[in-house]
Amino acid sequence: MMIDSQATHASRDEAAPSDGAVFELTDVACSYGGLTAVRDVTMNLGRNRVTALIGPSGCGKSTVLRCLNRMNELIPGARVSGTVRYNGEDIHAADIDPAEVRRRIGMVFQKPNPFPVSVYDNVAFGPRLNGFRGDLDGLVEDCLRRVGLWSEVEHKLRSSGLALSGGQQQRLCIARAIAVEPDVVLMDEPCSALDPIATLAIEDLIQQLKDSYTIIIVTHNMQQAARVSDMTAFFSVGDADSSGHRAGTLIEFDTTNTIFTNASDQRTEDYVAGRFG
Amino acid sequence: MSTFLDSSDRTERGGPSRTATGHRSLRDKQGNAPWRTIKNRLCTGLLTVAMALGMLPLALIIGYTAYRGAGVLDVGFFVENEPPWRRDGGGYAAGFFGTAYIMLHAILYSVPLGIATAIYLVEYGGGKLAMAIRFFTDVMTGIPSIFVGLFVYGLLIGALGFGTFPAAVAIAIIMLPIITRSAEEMLKLVPDEWRNASRALGAGKATTIVRTVLPAAAPGLATGSMLAIARGIGETAPLILTALGSQVVVTAFTDAAQSAIPLQVYRGINQPFEAGIERAWGGALSLFLLVLIMVILARWIGSRTTKRRG
Repeated sequence: MMIDSQATHASRDEAAPSDGAVFELTDVACSYGGLTAVRDVTMNLGRNRVTALIGPSGCGKSTVLRCLNRMNELIPGARVSGTVRYNGEDIHAADIDPAEVRRRIGMVFQKPNPFPVSVYDNVAFGPRLNGFRGDLDGLVEDCLRRVGLWSEVEHKLRSSGLALSGGQQQRLCIARAIAVEPDVVLMDEPCSALDPIATLAIEDLIQQLKDSYTIIIVTHNMQQAARVSDMTAFFSVGDADSSGHRAGTLIEFDTTNTIFTNASDQRTEDYVAGRFG
Repeated sequence: MSTFLDSSDRTERGGPSRTATGHRSLRDKQGNAPWRTIKNRLCTGLLTVAMALGMLPLALIIGYTAYRGAGVLDVGFFVENEPPWRRDGGGYAAGFFGTAYIMLHAILYSVPLGIATAIYLVEYGGGKLAMAIRFFTDVMTGIPSIFVGLFVYGLLIGALGFGTFPAAVAIAIIMLPIITRSAEEMLKLVPDEWRNASRALGAGKATTIVRTVLPAAAPGLATGSMLAIARGIGETAPLILTALGSQVVVTAFTDAAQSAIPLQVYRGINQPFEAGIERAWGGALSLFLLVLIMVILARWIGSRTTKRRG
């Protein structure tokens, strides 16, 4: 796995986080097996805000999300260039442990993926992993309460996490993610496998979690982006290169309100108006 | 279409083709349907006969072994040493003890090694080395077991003498590829979503394997190992060259010929004495029951998993 990083240690120490930004992305590009999936991504993601990444399929929004906690490194052939700074530190620097990056920056996946163990053990997995000493029962209860699942699973903490409904499973996965007390929660289309009622529950939850966490959510659903996010980044597929390959790129990044009502780029306006393609 | 679906000419001739309400009866078969019915019955009959013929040897083996062996099986058969072949009474205590001793060690060597190899293949491998391991594992699965016996004979017997340890090594070599391939399949069945979830919580690769992948695959790994044990427990050829055989219980680990059930059966059936032959049938039946128990246990563990996940 090779990681190109323009940041040197000297510049890393000098770079103070700009006002309220958790992530600063500079010229980020990502490729899989030599094919560029997304490039030219430069943006700052604000603290305690919900940022939505939207755009058509293949525009690289999920790839950008996975760059933020180095999860894309688990895909063979993946390569990142440019800089991703988290609280001013280059997360790809040689002396940074990707496991620590992922502990601080949690992730919720598209398909609910609870472990095939009990509800309790699912939430306790991360804390146990990190050598948590203290009131594990209390922590598990707290996390389940914060995702609004406690009253539903209070009496089946010992039964399998896979026995829950899809929406409950996804909330369990969010509880599992926040149990390691991350600063940021990345969500990769967390509602795409859920019905509208479960989706609404997750959206409400995102609003509540906003106070304690920075949330970055990838969604295909523009109404969802409009409902839950403060900031929206619109990605699209760029122009074809010489070999006909089209990489995704960031088109526009602004407040959600601006993106949806007063977009400055015609492509953004067309997409949010449903005139894409 | 109408030529063969329309049976109006037949209904005009009357017959049982009309229902009480005057509609065409379902019993009035159309076109080539009568011939298709006959063909269907013919083929079903042929397949049933083929199945019965296939099952016959199996049923005969089980039936005849039970018939010949059941009379010998009593408590004494399991706890007494075998007297000289011409004498009645006694039992296969030496064989049961030897088989248990050899299998215990064979399991100890082959199961961890086989599962470790599978972990390498699924979680770390991917290059030429993994391909080579897969290829040679397949080759080893098909290798005649006498070769394995010969190999261990050449490698260990000179230095250690016949006994428990060389026999355990030979059986372990036979079990290893079976465990590796079944464990590989089981680990592949663990969804990547669980690996990703674990990694996203800050677990390293090794931690993810130990805390997420292995527990999820555990019942499958147990089932695969159990089937390998069932295979290993009945092996005779490699034991001839490594354990050599004994009619009394041997507790030595090396340098003392060890007994095993299949070996004792092989020796007993070769003698011109009725008593020894009778005991051999009893040994064969108990070996069959042991394998049966293993396979049922393997199935049971496997079915428990499906229930838990469903």
